[in-house]
Amino acid sequence: MPPREKLNDSLILGEQSYKTINDKISNIVLNQNKHGIPWFICFVVGFGLLQLLGLAIMWLLYRGIGIWGPNNPVMWGWDIINFVWWIGIGHAGTLISAILLLLKQSWRNSINRFAEAMTLFAVSCAGLYPLLHTGRPYLGYWMFPYPNILGMSPQFRSPLLWDVFAISTYALVSLIFWFVGLVPDLATIRDRSKNPFFRYLFGALAMGWRGATSHWYRYESAYIILAGLSTPLVLSVHSIVSLDFAVSNLPGWHVTIFPPYFVAGAVYAGFAMVLTLAIPVRSWYKLKDFITMRHIDWMAKVMLATGLIVFYGYLCEAFFSWYSGNIFERDMLRFRAFGPYGWAYWSLIFCNGVAIQILWFPKVRQNLVVLFLLSQIVSVGMWLERFVIISVSLTRDFLPSSWGYYTPTMWDIMMFVGTIGQFTFLMFGFIRVLPMVNSFEMKELLYRLKGRGHHGHGHVAHATAGAHGDDSTAGHPAAEGEEN
Amino acid sequence: MAQIFHSGFNTLAKLSLVLVVVGPVAIICTASAISRSPHNTKVGAPQDQPIPFSHEHHVNELGIDCRYCHSNVEKSAHATVPPTETCMSCHSQIWTNSPLLEPLRESYRTNTPLKWTQLNKVPEFVYFNHSIHVNRGLNCNICHGPVQQMQLAYKGKAFFMIWCLNCHREPEKYVNDREKLFQLYEKGQKGADKDYGNVTPEERALLNGEEYQRSPEELERGKQLLEKYGVKKKQLADCWICHR
Repeated sequence: MPPREKLNDSLILGEQSYKTINDKISNIVLNQNKHGIPWFICFVVGFGLLQLLGLAIMWLLYRGIGIWGPNNPVMWGWDIINFVWWIGIGHAGTLISAILLLLKQSWRNSINRFAEAMTLFAVSCAGLYPLLHTGRPYLGYWMFPYPNILGMSPQFRSPLLWDVFAISTYALVSLIFWFVGLVPDLATIRDRSKNPFFRYLFGALAMGWRGATSHWYRYESAYIILAGLSTPLVLSVHSIVSLDFAVSNLPGWHVTIFPPYFVAGAVYAGFAMVLTLAIPVRSWYKLKDFITMRHIDWMAKVMLATGLIVFYGYLCEAFFSWYSGNIFERDMLRFRAFGPYGWAYWSLIFCNGVAIQILWFPKVRQNLVVLFLLSQIVSVGMWLERFVIISVSLTRDFLPSSWGYYTPTMWDIMMFVGTIGQFTFLMFGFIRVLPMVNSFEMKELLYRLKGRGHHGHGHVAHATAGAHGDDSTAGHPAAEGEEN
Repeated sequence: MAQIFHSGFNTLAKLSLVLVVVGPVAIICTASAISRSPHNTKVGAPQDQPIPFSHEHHVNELGIDCRYCHSNVEKSAHATVPPTETCMSCHSQIWTNSPLLEPLRESYRTNTPLKWTQLNKVPEFVYFNHSIHVNRGLNCNICHGPVQQMQLAYKGKAFFMIWCLNCHREPEKYVNDREKLFQLYEKGQKGADKDYGNVTPEERALLNGEEYQRSPEELERGKQLLEKYGVKKKQLADCWICHR
């Protein structure tokens, strides 16, 4: 298959050997002086905003959730909007790590670690909102069915309870998947580190990984099983989140298209966030050889494809509300477009429907500045989508007597900005202390690229001259194969 | 390269795997055991009171009816903690010089109520009404334990919600004849050797603060009583019955 080979060739650029891959990736962790001004700024800003989150939560716990904007009839506002937004952002990570692994897409290798971390941190931000919305987060364990002295069991017919299970499962499986994938790389860092503290820390985390064939054998089995477990989660989590709305009877919520359309929206928002982070980070840390323009191009294409699905969802919603002949559904369409939140609806159509059309042009997909800005627009668009769904339906339900308007308070805004801070803080903390690119999978990819004997293709051909990796890859098929 | 960890860490590593599984389970079990233990619930633990009042003496030995002191138990939500005057109706005549009763006399002199330590509390969000329960023939001891045997009063039951619900879901297991409710203590007084020869097994269990399983005939009788009282069993375990 010549075209595919050609694409594979450009997944690693430059003259690479196992050693240079190891150096480039693990030195980001090992050589702490490598982290310059950009890292510092992002980390400090993230840390500062995290303090804002702490403040907002403390005041919330002291005064109760009355400090937030929700009112009657808008019983949940920014808290559910931001919850859905963050959960959505996490989805790209699981998609890249699980589904693309099962589909044997080798372009996932340089971005999966990074995207999985993003998933975890986004879920940690998302989880805060429903927990705090209960008003008594210290009683959050009441949401789980356990033998209790109240004699109460959770309401299994409520989609809010399905959320609890969907998201806790998702967070747990993602965490295990991420950690298992990290183990061989942690061993690499342990072996290369001169700093005794790092050697102990990464030695403990690597759990005695020696790179033996038996280790690799078990590792591969475990990883595939975990990928299989995660795959349904990519679809189930956001489907269940969408059922929070779709199961109710409210016009604009009570639609069967919600689950697929939410899942597509989640992947769409997730890829936008991966691009938002990958574009600056690859240039700050000189990772352009690993996260190549080919990667960026494909991520942009996935974003375009999922964005079109989302836009198709908007069209379907509009069509069905007209086609239903139901006065409430038809009015919902009218209120969305021309009601008090019309500005949000049209901005949403611009962000998710119009703006992304420029991704059809290859030149745009190669222009990092435009792509970076477009990712921001997509993130805003996906936020607006949830805002429109929630605000319009709740403020315009069946009875005109219960119509209202919703505005957030400063505490809503502080919470949201605070979770962005938490995400940034965790993300840049992660970049500093853990290998953000999967170095052993990159080495395996390098082996596969050059092992096929197509020496004529690209720079990768030169890589054969390199030395072996270090001890931790000794038993790996990639390393062994080189001796044949 | 030298080994980072000596061989002893192998054991630690394996142990840590066991702990990851056993640890959370152990923590959860410990937490739930502590929350259910008398250390937390104070069941069976007498608390400090301004006067070491003995229910055993006043009820069993002297035969004073519960309602003499807890006068509103049939009429209001609260059973009534007796005012100083109730105590003084006797203690202005007897034990007038007892040092143990000095706080009582001081309370009477200075017209300030005694500060008893409350033993039985329901959460603020629970609306409990004594009169409705007493008027459906629920004996005091069902909730409060063998009060007539207590030298120093203690909490008889933990008041967990599941415990409330046990009765609210199957009230026929507990309802009794309204008329015979307070006669039980007279009967108990006559058999003060705790053998209680002249009582039914259910009454004996009540007097001793024990659990009792009703026979099918007794359950049938319970159901008849529910009908007589007009208790709507179906809605008795709804949230709003207690949480209003």
